[in-house]
Amino acid sequence: MSRFVPNGPEQREKMLHAIGAAKFEDLLEPVPEKFRLKEKLQLPEPLSEIELTREFEEFARRNKGAELACFMGAGAYDHFIPAAIDHILLRSEFYTAYTPYQAEVSQGTLQAIFEYQTMIARLTGMDMANASMYDGASAAAEACLMAMRATRKQRILIAGSLNPRWLDVIRTYLSRDDFEIYEIPFLEDGSLDLATASKLIEGGTAAVLVQYPNYFGLIEDLQSVADQIHEHKGLFIVAADPVALPLLRSPGDAGADIVVGEGQSMGISMSYGGPYIGFMAARTKLARKMPGRIIGRTTDRAGQTGYVLTLQTREQHIRRDKATSNICSNQALMALANVVYLSLMGSRGFREVSSQCYHKSHYLEKKLLEIPGVSRVFGNTPFFREFVISFPISSIELRDRMIEHGFLAGLPIVELGDGAMLVTVTEKRTRDEIDRYVSTAAGICKGGRA
Amino acid sequence: MKTIFELSSPGRMGVSLPELDVPETSELLISNPRENGGKTGLPEATEGQILRHYVNLSSMNHHVDKGMYPLGSCTMKYNPKLHENLARIRGLSGIHPLVPDSLAAGSLELMYRLGEFLCEITGFKGVSLQPAAGAQGEFCGLMLIKSYHKSRGESHRNEILMPDSAHGTNPATSTLADCVVVGVESNEFGLVDPEDLRRKVGPNTAAFMLTNPNTLGLFESRIEELTSIVHEAGGLNYMDGANMNALLGIAKPGEMGFDVCHLNLHKTFSTPHGGGGPGSGPVTCTEELARFLPDPVVILEDDGVYRLCRNQDSFGRLLAFHANTGVLYKAYAYIRTLGAQGLREVSEIALINANYLKAKLAEYFDNPFDNGPCMHEFVLSGDRQAKQGVKTLDIAKRLLDYGYHAPTVYFPLIVHEALMIEPTETESLEDLDAFVEAMISIAEEAEEKPYLVTDAPVNTPVLRLDEVKAVKDLCIVEPSQEGESL
Repeated sequence: MSRFVPNGPEQREKMLHAIGAAKFEDLLEPVPEKFRLKEKLQLPEPLSEIELTREFEEFARRNKGAELACFMGAGAYDHFIPAAIDHILLRSEFYTAYTPYQAEVSQGTLQAIFEYQTMIARLTGMDMANASMYDGASAAAEACLMAMRATRKQRILIAGSLNPRWLDVIRTYLSRDDFEIYEIPFLEDGSLDLATASKLIEGGTAAVLVQYPNYFGLIEDLQSVADQIHEHKGLFIVAADPVALPLLRSPGDAGADIVVGEGQSMGISMSYGGPYIGFMAARTKLARKMPGRIIGRTTDRAGQTGYVLTLQTREQHIRRDKATSNICSNQALMALANVVYLSLMGSRGFREVSSQCYHKSHYLEKKLLEIPGVSRVFGNTPFFREFVISFPISSIELRDRMIEHGFLAGLPIVELGDGAMLVTVTEKRTRDEIDRYVSTAAGICKGGRA
Repeated sequence: MKTIFELSSPGRMGVSLPELDVPETSELLISNPRENGGKTGLPEATEGQILRHYVNLSSMNHHVDKGMYPLGSCTMKYNPKLHENLARIRGLSGIHPLVPDSLAAGSLELMYRLGEFLCEITGFKGVSLQPAAGAQGEFCGLMLIKSYHKSRGESHRNEILMPDSAHGTNPATSTLADCVVVGVESNEFGLVDPEDLRRKVGPNTAAFMLTNPNTLGLFESRIEELTSIVHEAGGLNYMDGANMNALLGIAKPGEMGFDVCHLNLHKTFSTPHGGGGPGSGPVTCTEELARFLPDPVVILEDDGVYRLCRNQDSFGRLLAFHANTGVLYKAYAYIRTLGAQGLREVSEIALINANYLKAKLAEYFDNPFDNGPCMHEFVLSGDRQAKQGVKTLDIAKRLLDYGYHAPTVYFPLIVHEALMIEPTETESLEDLDAFVEAMISIAEEAEEKPYLVTDAPVNTPVLRLDEVKAVKDLCIVEPSQEGESL
C-alpha cells in the first residue's frame, strides 16, 4: 500500500462485497481479456521519500547551468522573486483547487484572477485581459487567430524581429493552406521596415504583430505601425515585455488592439522552460472574440459582490467546434504568482526593476564596447534590458569559454554574424558581476587568459 | 472582500530592492516614455497587507486538502507535498531553458526517463513532453495525424470522428487543426455504436478520437472492432487519455489499436491543478508517428549524453520552450514513488471506490447506463429529482453546503441532468461513506424540503451568483476611480 491510498485489504474486501463482486477482476469484466495486462509494467522499483529526494538532488547537481551568473534572456529571464510569492502559491487552498467551476466555493481563485486581469489591462494600457494562456508564444498565436476571426481576413504580418521560437509556434498554430503569414523584414538598425510593411498590408490583412521591445531588445515605434494597419481596417497585435512597460509608452496608448506577452518575468522561476504564463489583453469590443477563460464580477442572491467565469459561450465546453479556442486548463497558479508579484512590487517597485534593467544593461553594453573589436550590431537604436553585441571571436566559442568562468554569457545569434550574441542584464546582476563579465570577455577576446 | 486595489495607499511597498549600483545611463534614450507620468495603476501595499489579502482570499476556496472533490473527468486526487519541494530545488527551478544541453543534464535525464515511463504505461514508442495541457496534447496528436496523412499524399483527409459524449476540447481542437467534426452515435449501453462508426468512416477520415474509458466512465468493450474499422478506412485512432487513471497497469492504449494518445499529468499523475493550471499534456505515439513530434524531443546519444533535438519531419512547436518542465518534475516523482505495483494499485482502488459509490447511490438516483461495472467514474442522472423541481444544478450547490465540491454536472451531454462522479483512489472508505450520506440526505431533502436544495448554497462565502448579470453588465477589470492616481 502506498502512502497515497487509504483503502487496504480490509476496506477492499468490504467494498467489493457491497458492490457485489467476488474479487477485483470482476470489475474488469468490460475490458476484453486480451487487453488486460498479464505482466507488471516495466518501471523501476519504488523509492522512499528519502531516496527520491537524493535522486532529485543528484539531478539538480548535474544541472550545472543553474550555478552560472545568468546573462541570458531571449524570452526567459532571471529576475528577483520575492519570497512571499511562494508562501501564497504553496497554500493548498490555491494549488490543490481545480478550475473555479463552482464559483461559490472558488471566490479566492476567482477574485485573485480578476485582480490579475486588472493589473495586466492597466500595465498594457488596454481595456481588459483574460485569465491566462499557456505561454507568451501560444498567446501570440491565439491572438493571430482571434484577429482573423474578428476581421474575417486571413493574412497575418509578423515582424521579422519577433522571437524565432514564437514565430515557430505561430506557424504551427496557423498551419493551414488558406492562411497567409508574411514576415516584415527589419532594417539595418533593427527597426521594422515600414515601407515594406505598408506594401504587404494592402489587400486584406487581419493583423500586424510586432514585439516590443523586439527579440533584439530594441524599442520599436508602435504608433506608425498602428496607423498603417488601422488605415486598412486590420488589427494591431503587440507582443509586449511586461518588465519594460513601466518605462515605455504602453501598447494601448500607442494604438494596439490586442496585447500578448510572457509573464515569466513577474515572479516565476525559469524552471528550464516552464510552467510560464501567457497574458492576453484587448479592447472591450474584442472581448467576445477572446480565447480562454475570463472572470467577471457580479452579485449573489443577497446582493453581495462575487466573481464568476463569464462569457463562457465562447468556450469549448459550451460551443464545442465553434469555440474561440480549444484551451481548457490554463496557467492559473502562474497568474496568481504574477498578481502577488505585481502587488508586492507595486507601481514604484516595478518601475525600479524596470529602470535597473535598463541602466544595468546599458552599463554592460558601454563597458563591452571598450573592448577592442567589440561593436554594436544595430547602431544606437534604443534598447531595453537586452542587446545584440558583436565580439571579435565566435560567440559560441565565447559562450563556452565564459561558462568555465561561471558566466552564462548570452545567446549566440550566428544569423547576425559569427560573433553576435544576445546579452541580457536584469536587476539581479551586480556591478561586480558585470565588471567581471567584461574583464573575462576581454581576456578571452584578446586570446589571453582572463 | 475588498480588492487589492482598495488596500493601496501611495508610498507603501511590499519589497526592498538594492540601490542601483551602476552609473545611470547619461541620456535616457527612450523617445516615447510611459504616458501619465509613468503610472501603471499597480497597487501600493506592504508585504504583510498583501499576504493577509491573499490568505483571506484563499480561505474562500474549496480544495483537495480540505475535502473530497468528486469532479468527474478531472481526477482530483491528493497532491503529494514532497513533490512541491523537489520541483523547487534550485538546480531544477533556477535554470535557463537555453543553456547548452550539457549544463542541464539532470533535467534532461529526468525528462527522458519520464518519457520512457509514459511510453511503457501507454504502450507506445514516441513521446513529446511539450504540450502544456490536455487540449494542447490533443492539438499535438491531430498535428501528428495530419502530418502522417500528408506524408502519404492524403492531405485531403480532414474528418475527425468522435462520439457525442466527447469532451468539448475534442471538437474545438479539431477546428483548430483545420478539420471537421463528424459525430458518431452512442448505443443504448452508452458505448460507441460500431455500425454507426462503419457508416461514418470513409476516404476523408483523418482520425477517430475517443476517450477510453469514455466520459460515462465505461470501458469501450468493442474497442478492437472500433479501431479496426478506422484503420481499414485509412484513418488513425486517437485516445483522449483524460481517463487514464482507470488503466494504469491494467491495459495499454497502444495495444488496443490506438496510434496516439495524450495524458493529463495534472490528473492521472497527481500534479496539482493550481486552480485551473498549469497542467501538462504529454503525447505518446507509435514509432510511425514519432518522426513528426514537435520540437524539441529529448534523445539519449550513444555516448550516454542527453540532448534536445528537432526531428527533421517535426510539425513545428507548441510552446516557446520545452515544456511545463516544473510539472514534469512532479509527475516523475509520482511514478518513481509508486513504481509498477503502486500505479496498478492506484487504478484498482480508483475502480473499487467508484463502483462502491455507484452501488451505494443506486437506490437514490437514476443511472441510465448501469449495465455492469463502471471504471474510475460513473454518471448519474438527476431526472428523478428534477421531476420534484430540484435540478442537478441545485444538487450540486447543496453539496457545497455539506462541505463537498460538486461533481461535474450537465456533462456528458447524452445524459439528462448529468452528475459525473469520480472519487479517485485517495479517498478513504470512511470519507466515501460520508459522501454517500450527504448525497442520500440531499435526495431526501429534494423530496421533503426541496427549498433547502433550490436555495443552496447557504454555508458558502457567497450565495448563488448571478451569471446572467455577469454577462449583461460585463465587468472584467476593476474600474479606475475618478481622480485615482493610476
